[in-house]
Amino acid sequence: MAEPIIELRDISKSYGQVYALGGVNLSVDRGEVVGLIGDNGAGKSTLIKILSGVVQPTSGEILVRGKPVTGWSAARSRDAGIETVFQDRALAVQQTIVRNIFMGRELTGWLGWLKVNKEIEEASRLMREIGFTSKVFTPHSIVGQLSGGERQGVAIARAIYKKAELIVLDEPTTALSLTETAKVFHFVRQVRASGRSILFIGHNIHHVFDIADRFVVLDRGKVALAADRSEVKSAEDLINFMEDVAHPGGLPGLHDANDAGRAAQ
Amino acid sequence: MSKTMEPDLQSPLGGTHNEAAGKEWRHPSDNWLRGFILDNRAALGTLVVFIVMMAVFMIANPVVFTTWYLYSSVLTTLPVALFVVVPLVFVVTCGEIDLSFPATMGFASWVFALVVQAGYDPFLGIAAALLTGMLLGFLVGSLVVYGGLSSLIATLGMNFLLRGLIQIINEGKSTALTSLADSWAYKIFSSQLYGIPVQIFWAIGFVVLSALLYNRHRFGAQVKVVGDNPDSAQQMGIDVKRVRVKVFVFVGIGAAIAGTFSVMINFTWWPTAGDGYLLPVLASVFVGGTPTWGGIGTVVGGAIGAVTVSFIQTGVVAAGLSGFYVQFFNGLIIILSLLGHKWNQARYR
Repeated sequence: MAEPIIELRDISKSYGQVYALGGVNLSVDRGEVVGLIGDNGAGKSTLIKILSGVVQPTSGEILVRGKPVTGWSAARSRDAGIETVFQDRALAVQQTIVRNIFMGRELTGWLGWLKVNKEIEEASRLMREIGFTSKVFTPHSIVGQLSGGERQGVAIARAIYKKAELIVLDEPTTALSLTETAKVFHFVRQVRASGRSILFIGHNIHHVFDIADRFVVLDRGKVALAADRSEVKSAEDLINFMEDVAHPGGLPGLHDANDAGRAAQ
Repeated sequence: MSKTMEPDLQSPLGGTHNEAAGKEWRHPSDNWLRGFILDNRAALGTLVVFIVMMAVFMIANPVVFTTWYLYSSVLTTLPVALFVVVPLVFVVTCGEIDLSFPATMGFASWVFALVVQAGYDPFLGIAAALLTGMLLGFLVGSLVVYGGLSSLIATLGMNFLLRGLIQIINEGKSTALTSLADSWAYKIFSSQLYGIPVQIFWAIGFVVLSALLYNRHRFGAQVKVVGDNPDSAQQMGIDVKRVRVKVFVFVGIGAAIAGTFSVMINFTWWPTAGDGYLLPVLASVFVGGTPTWGGIGTVVGGAIGAVTVSFIQTGVVAAGLSGFYVQFFNGLIIILSLLGHKWNQARYR
């Protein structure tokens, strides 16, 4: 039924003697939000780097829309429609929303002069498409004036402008308050409704649980759990599972939802 | 019937939905006056500083400050500074600095002087000077960008190196270019029009074109983004190094024009041509409201800063104070301007 946009098969990556990833399978379907959860050092960032083509896997196969790709690179990744949004260094905060959305792909006419009105129109359209509305700001507002969640919205709008089919959000809500997180979720749902896919990476299970259709738990370079939303009853289930993975013997007193953050860390 | 209508109305991408939401992103021109003031507050602040300063001078010596001669003399020398202040705004916005422009001014104008002295048309000399400026800008830029050197130190070094080269070869001797006075180039670039030095019109044209380049062109957009967040710019496919080299080439071009104009004003080329501009030009950029940390800046503000700095020099002497006060007032205006801009500019990083 659903067509995978990208599929990673048995991907391994080692840096010298150290294994970062050992045989990871991951696929993302069209119009799906996949939550990738993992501890620091579980291999999340290596996986992101492989997805965006910055790092080559040591072994394994990458399929784009069902077809194996040879010579995976940053350019191939971009052609496949994969766009990664890094939390901290994504935006130029002293510039306007318009300048950020069209960064590197300015809408220009004769001799490279900017089509200012067309950029404003196009930016407004993109922002509306992801459900980012504002009565306070204009497309010429400075990104530094926006809240953390709204900044993620600008980054997502930019990814959509770049014709992204799969948007990889690297810890998009880690530093955000609850209201700001809700804003990001709102954008993510709009993007999903438009038929695009999102890989939502985080280490706060509660955040990922509320938004994802499917979960992939990464632990020490291996997929410890891959489950559908329907298979997991609650966030607590997932937390208990992760604790079992982290401490196979079981630690008394840790099986408490309030410790979710600590367990996930 | 109503049932069949429902999905259409609720579709997140349905036309009705977009129409309604369309009102929510306002066009920046909805409140253009407020937007204009906010966008240009650095330049407007500099303008206020300039007006207050001129008012003080007027009160101090009404006779001198209402005679045209004073303004005429400022308008003769000011354009030379403007041609380098404006490109420097681009460099500082890009997160770099260029201290080699005085030597580039000297070098390019030397080439101009050589061509004119050899009996060729001054227009050919201007073309040769521009080419020299571009090449030197490219050289300095490549050294900084591809050599991975600190622009502060590397351009300072290049300034000494190029100036030293000029001095070694010329042994301190100047070149008189009396033939310039009869040339077309002089009439077009350096004569007077209704008593107004014609070079100021060229300088204003240069400032306007550069302001458009800064605000309405891909080049300016990329310079700002590179100065703001080079990592992000790189990730978005901007050739960051190329943009950085380009701003140094732009300074080279500006310095070549400035150097040529300074020779045409005096009919003489000195081996020290351009040297005196280093500090006033740098001061103008920052008095104009371009911050040191990169990413933002103002071309028009820089131009007003240059006007302010030029008038300090003339104004202090004309107001009846001795030349010793010039430095003091220069410093005072710089410090006051920086304090004003700090209060005026929200800083996001």
